[in-house]
Amino acid sequence: MSNRLINWFKFASPQSFYPLAGRMIPWFWALAAVFGIAGLWISFFVAPTDAVQGEGYRIIFIHVPSSWMSMFIYLVMAAWAALGLALNTRLSGMMAQALAPTGALMAFISLWTGAFWGKPMWGTWWVWDARLTSELILFFLYIGFIALQAAIDDPRRADKAGAILALVGVVNVPIIYFSVKWWNTLHQGASVSIAKSPSMAQTMLWGMLIMALAFWMYSIAVALMRVRAIILERETHTEWVKELSEVKQ
Amino acid sequence: MSWNSPAEFFAMGGYGLYVWGSFIVCGAIMVMEPMLAKKRQKDILRALRRERIADEIEKGTL
Repeated sequence: MSNRLINWFKFASPQSFYPLAGRMIPWFWALAAVFGIAGLWISFFVAPTDAVQGEGYRIIFIHVPSSWMSMFIYLVMAAWAALGLALNTRLSGMMAQALAPTGALMAFISLWTGAFWGKPMWGTWWVWDARLTSELILFFLYIGFIALQAAIDDPRRADKAGAILALVGVVNVPIIYFSVKWWNTLHQGASVSIAKSPSMAQTMLWGMLIMALAFWMYSIAVALMRVRAIILERETHTEWVKELSEVKQ
Repeated sequence: MSWNSPAEFFAMGGYGLYVWGSFIVCGAIMVMEPMLAKKRQKDILRALRRERIADEIEKGTL
C-alpha cells in the first residue's frame, strides 16, 4: 500500500482532522479578508454606475455570491452526507452538520438582498417566481435538515436521517439554476455562464467574482470553526479529547 | 470613481435604503455567525474542562 493512500485517510478521522482544521482556519480568514476588502473596493469605487439601474445594481456584488454559495454549500453538504451514508465515516456527518447553518444563512442573504433589489427595480419585495420560490425551498431544506438533526438524540442516526433529506433535496439545486431558462420568470437570466461570454462590464464581473471568492473563503473558515466544536461535542468521552492541551489547562 | 462627496456615496443615487439595507444585513450576519461558532467552541471546551476536574476529584488526584 502506498504512503499517500494512508496519509489521505488519516485526516478522515476526527482526531487528526481537529488540529488540522485549527491550523487552516486563520489562513481561510486571511484569504476571506483580502478578497473581501478587494471585492468591496471594486464594488463601490471601481465598478461604474449601471446605465439602467444606476447605483442600485451594486447589490449584485453580494446577491450573486451568496446565491452561488447557497447552492454550492448544499451540494458539498449533500456530498458529505452521501459519503457518510455509504462509508459510515464519522467525520462526514459532522461536516454536513457544520455546513448546514452557513448554507442556510447564505440562502437567507440571497433572499434578503434579492428582496431589497426587487423592490426598487421590479416594484415588489417578493413574487412567486420560479427562481425566488426554488431558492426559498432551498432555505427551507437547510432549516429542515438542521431541525431533523436536532430532533434525533443519537448523532449517528441523526446523520443518516439528515443525509437522506439532504440527498432528496439535491434535485432542487438544478431547478434553481435552470429556473430562469425553464420558466418565463421575472428574475433575469444568468449574468455569467460557461457557454457564452458574460453580459456585463469587465470591472463589474471581476468585482462579483472576487466577492464570490471572499464568500467562499468565509464559508470554509466558519464551517471549520463549527466542525471543530461539533467534533468535541460528539467525541466528549474519548481519550484523545481528554488529552487535548486546551482541555487540560 | 463615481462619488464626489461622502453624502453622495451614502445616498447611492437614491438607492441608499436598498443598497445599505442589503450590505449591512449581510455584514451583520457575517460578523454574528463566526461569533456564535466561537461561543460554541468555548462552551464545549468549558464543559470538557469541568468534566476533567470532576474526574480528578473522583479519583482523588486533585
